[in-house]
Amino acid sequence: MKTILYIIQKEFKQIFRNKGMLPIIFVMPIMQLIILSNAATFEVNHIKFGYIDQDHSSTSRALIETFNASSYFNVIRHYPSENLASSAILRGDIDVLLNIPLYFERDLQKDQYNTLGITINAIDGAAAGVENVYVTQLIQRFNTRLKVELTQTSDQFVQPEIIETIPLFWYNETLNYKTYMVPGILVLLVTMITLFLSGMNIVREKEIGTLEQINVTPIKKNQFIIGKLFPFWVIGMGLLTVGLVLARLIFNIPFLGSLPLLYLYTSIYILVVLGMGLFISNFTDTQQQAMFISWFFVVIFILMSGLFTPIDSMPKWAQHLTEFNPVKYFVEVIRMVMLKGSGFSDILPNLLKTTLYALIMNGLAVWSYKKTN
Amino acid sequence: MSNENVIQVERLTKTFGNFTAVNAISFEVKKGEIFGFLGANGAGKTTAMKMLIGISKPTSGEATIAGFDVYKHAEDIKKNIGYMSQKFALYDDLTVKENIAFFGGIYGLSRKIIKEKSKHLIEELGLVDVANKLVGALPLGWKQKLSFSVSLLHNPKIVFLDEPTGGVDPITRRQFWEMIYKAANQGTTVFVTTHYMDEAEYCDRVSIMVNGKIEALDTPKKLKAQFKVEHMNDVFLKLARHTE
Repeated sequence: MKTILYIIQKEFKQIFRNKGMLPIIFVMPIMQLIILSNAATFEVNHIKFGYIDQDHSSTSRALIETFNASSYFNVIRHYPSENLASSAILRGDIDVLLNIPLYFERDLQKDQYNTLGITINAIDGAAAGVENVYVTQLIQRFNTRLKVELTQTSDQFVQPEIIETIPLFWYNETLNYKTYMVPGILVLLVTMITLFLSGMNIVREKEIGTLEQINVTPIKKNQFIIGKLFPFWVIGMGLLTVGLVLARLIFNIPFLGSLPLLYLYTSIYILVVLGMGLFISNFTDTQQQAMFISWFFVVIFILMSGLFTPIDSMPKWAQHLTEFNPVKYFVEVIRMVMLKGSGFSDILPNLLKTTLYALIMNGLAVWSYKKTN
Repeated sequence: MSNENVIQVERLTKTFGNFTAVNAISFEVKKGEIFGFLGANGAGKTTAMKMLIGISKPTSGEATIAGFDVYKHAEDIKKNIGYMSQKFALYDDLTVKENIAFFGGIYGLSRKIIKEKSKHLIEELGLVDVANKLVGALPLGWKQKLSFSVSLLHNPKIVFLDEPTGGVDPITRRQFWEMIYKAANQGTTVFVTTHYMDEAEYCDRVSIMVNGKIEALDTPKKLKAQFKVEHMNDVFLKLARHTE
């Protein structure tokens, strides 16, 4: 026990003495949290919208006015011909093009039916889908209004049959994207920083030769490992704390669940990451190698964590793969606890899986750490 | 020097794939002896030494260090030896005092003993003024002396020194060897590798390793007589050239 304290003391001294280290540990993640949370949004806004109005009727003008009034669309301008409009899409001036055909109003009144041409730049398929929904909604609304007008002009006062749905958005009533993203990004930061720091730390001692000196001492390997990793465990918990405070102060993210519960889960989660860092450092000889391998895993973990893209929409095989992703469990837990107020029994499955993961990962790490080659 | 053998090595071998780095070397070292372990670069000195200090598993052969078997009791060996590697292996970003306290702590010395030893050691090495300075800022010679002292903190039976005076000025080398003598007089066995042949003359006995084998082993005086030369340098050259 005393030996462990000596190592912990030494590690803290080295970390806080290193002028470059503190900014990496605290300033960088804070900046990332602030920048990423504000920037990483999938809300589709300010859609660049253009139109061709061949009809020049009051109905076509009213339709365009609908788009003008919508906050989702920035009406760029109208194009006199399809050629000009398509080259505007090519240049990236507009992403959505509405084509109102000639005799739109006349045919609509005559046949009670007509078609409109919508062209959407679908390089970003997800965005195109959302844009399509917006456009359809706007046109539908316009359509019902038109129907009412048409029926009224024929002197029969008939209410059109409309089923209106009133959605209730639970847990995030205002559909604020940041409420969803900030907790997830916090997970990302805690994971990255603790993984990189722990992975590189032991390799660094390999590089400068002090690890050999340690291996010649009678120190037990679990003493050394605990002493080495504990400071980074503390840093990870500290990062979570800083992040939660910022989430509250800057982003006003609600915290419905139990704070101790989140800390309990995080304390175990960080063990998984530290075990992984140590495992990586056991199989690498330079900080560079450790960095590359850590990055490899971090990128996979993040993209397959449900942080940016929902796991439910991944192919089946990928969904099975995410079972091995610790980041996925943490993202789920932090969103559940913070935003839904989930309790102990709700997160128990994730807690158990993470604990098992921690045991396996650290078992492997201790086993693969060899004082003798 | 007593007759007790603290290092006993029998046909110790280490191979890496097809390459035999250490080829069946046998020797013994007595308690309190200064044993010079010589050889050209790549002769296998460091590999042999790593097996003796328990951080590299031998491929075959036997070795007993301070009464413990290298295969079965590597961790017991580590309690009884000190080691100073080729690379400077104290922490550059810790102060002189902190380095002493850390390594003392790792070897399980009590805080009281660490404090006493630290004070004594710092005075003896003349590091009082820089005791709270980072080790990284010290000149190489001072670092090496400090490193040697740290390896002796836990009063090991044997201390292994891997080229301890490489790149150090002649005066400091002199002082370093005085420290080695002092340790040997107090009963510590010193196992030292070096490339300086004048240092070889200071050893009680010297072994010369060539291509993984020990080609000569005796007191410097007898070796010189055996090869009919004036200096250890010529003994070394004769042996090394012999192989080419």
